[in-house]
Amino acid sequence: MTSIRKGLSLIALTRREFHQFEGAGRHYLYLVPSAAIFELDAPGQAILQSLNEKGRTEDSLVSELSDRFPTSAVRETIADLVNVRAIGYEHQRDEDSSVKMLPMMPFPLNTVVLNVTNQCNLACTYCYEYGEDKIVDTEHGKQSKFMSEATAKQSVEFLLRESGRIAHMTFFGGETLLNFPVLKSTVAYARQRAAEAGKTIDFSLTTNATLLKPEIIEFLAENDIGVTISMDGPKELQNRFRVFHNGEGSYDVVAPKIKELLRRHRSRPIGARVTLTSETIDVTRIYRHLTEEFGFWEVGFAPVTTSPQQQYAIGDSGFDRMLGQFRELGHEFLEHVAVNKHHGFSNVKDTLEEIHKGVSKAYPCGAGLGLLGVSTDGDVAVCHRFAGSDNHKLGTVRDGIDRQAQTEFLEHHHIADKTDCHTCWARPLCAGGCYHEAHVRYGTTERPNLHYCEWIRGWTDTCLQIYGELAVRNPDFLARFDRDEAKAEAVL
Amino acid sequence: MTHLKAINRKAHRVEEFVNHAKDQDVVALQQTPAQPHIPLGCSLAFSPGWEADSTGGTAGLCQPVERDIFDCHLGCFWPAHVPDQLNHAPNWTGKCATAQKDWRKLDLVFPG
Repeated sequence: MTSIRKGLSLIALTRREFHQFEGAGRHYLYLVPSAAIFELDAPGQAILQSLNEKGRTEDSLVSELSDRFPTSAVRETIADLVNVRAIGYEHQRDEDSSVKMLPMMPFPLNTVVLNVTNQCNLACTYCYEYGEDKIVDTEHGKQSKFMSEATAKQSVEFLLRESGRIAHMTFFGGETLLNFPVLKSTVAYARQRAAEAGKTIDFSLTTNATLLKPEIIEFLAENDIGVTISMDGPKELQNRFRVFHNGEGSYDVVAPKIKELLRRHRSRPIGARVTLTSETIDVTRIYRHLTEEFGFWEVGFAPVTTSPQQQYAIGDSGFDRMLGQFRELGHEFLEHVAVNKHHGFSNVKDTLEEIHKGVSKAYPCGAGLGLLGVSTDGDVAVCHRFAGSDNHKLGTVRDGIDRQAQTEFLEHHHIADKTDCHTCWARPLCAGGCYHEAHVRYGTTERPNLHYCEWIRGWTDTCLQIYGELAVRNPDFLARFDRDEAKAEAVL
Repeated sequence: MTHLKAINRKAHRVEEFVNHAKDQDVVALQQTPAQPHIPLGCSLAFSPGWEADSTGGTAGLCQPVERDIFDCHLGCFWPAHVPDQLNHAPNWTGKCATAQKDWRKLDLVFPG
């Protein structure tokens, strides 16, 4: 190695891709695209600082820093930085950094999301399924309004055929509980078939909570079904968009039912999923209300998916405001978990887990890969948000996955083709963002979501800082991600 | 590595790779910058193996396919698949001056 380095001593060193951040007084490096995080020492910081504006040869770096650090320390640090690809020789790119590699196929299916109905008893004005931005005509279109028991059973067979040892089934809508009979029979059938196939199956559902009643709650609790409640927070925020068809707010209907669910269903943590709009950005207050008033274990927030013309769409200033509030709640999360206290801000926890593992994504999510949506008629789609759309169909539960369509989808959505993303340090975690969001904004799933880049970078930076703090203050919290994974693998 | 401390799991993997790479400095002919190196390319160096590279072609193999035959059976672990030139078939490559051009002249050898 030494002789090689001598040969390269005339070539200037330049910075490769990374993002620097601080936490607990330490200086860190988030490398792109490897997503590795290293802590820098003083020579490392000085070298990167020197290379900030232009490239320099190793010798010039050594002489420039000679009054601050011993020569050997500078040379060793340069070698370390070259080895991890934080810096590199000018005009010599790493050939493997932009290779487009598709996942090994057939990729095992992990989750199917069953749209057991596309009907809803609420008429939330921002809904992507019914509003002006809808993809599928659920009112007059060809898809059935409710999934039949036969189609649900075929979906179970499809999942068990395509999955590994563990399979997840999520029930979704419309309002999921409008088709409770099919849900109920499907759970029983799937359990029996999974046992016969020697696989483990696990269930969850998303509901607006309006139809919860004692026997349904009992069923969910007894069957260990994970529940996510779509809810927007305190009364006036919930009632702003989450209304019945007659325009009346849903808060007073759902509040007692959710409290009853949280009281009875203790076998799995129950989370709330909040849709933020330009008119309801009040993250901390919503979080307090849902955790303290209701007792939700976790609360996750997502900005509304909509075309930019809508009044409630979140614009640039809205994203700034949302980021400020996310940061505030993120720091509260940090102060809690630093002393081993639970905090239910799930957005930050999910991101920390990805940061810890060093996830570097070729695709923004598992859609079309480990996760597929199933429409009421049994068409398989990229994800539940595209269920029933002919343009995003990847097969049927009866005939299986259309491998050619799936490969084409993966070909066209790879990060290697999202040139806008190639200069962004946040791409290992973002990979261009939600397909559905892109479809609504730009009319194609292939485009990256350029309207929220600043927000993504800001939020990723915040999560990295929290990660850096926790790496010093409570590394055991982060090690839990490894232990949880080891436990999950032990099951396999 | 002495000046960078691995923090997350991926960093530990990178560190492991870097440390390991130092122990076994085997590189491919096509690697840039070109390095002073005796081609002992084999599948230790890069994972895709002999037959195809990561894109399914042969351009990115650790060495040109035409060189496999000599590098493999003289210097690497694959001698069982080609005639034993030291003891059994000393003239096996007699008609093959340049493998790239003459490889068709390499014939099968039958146990005598």
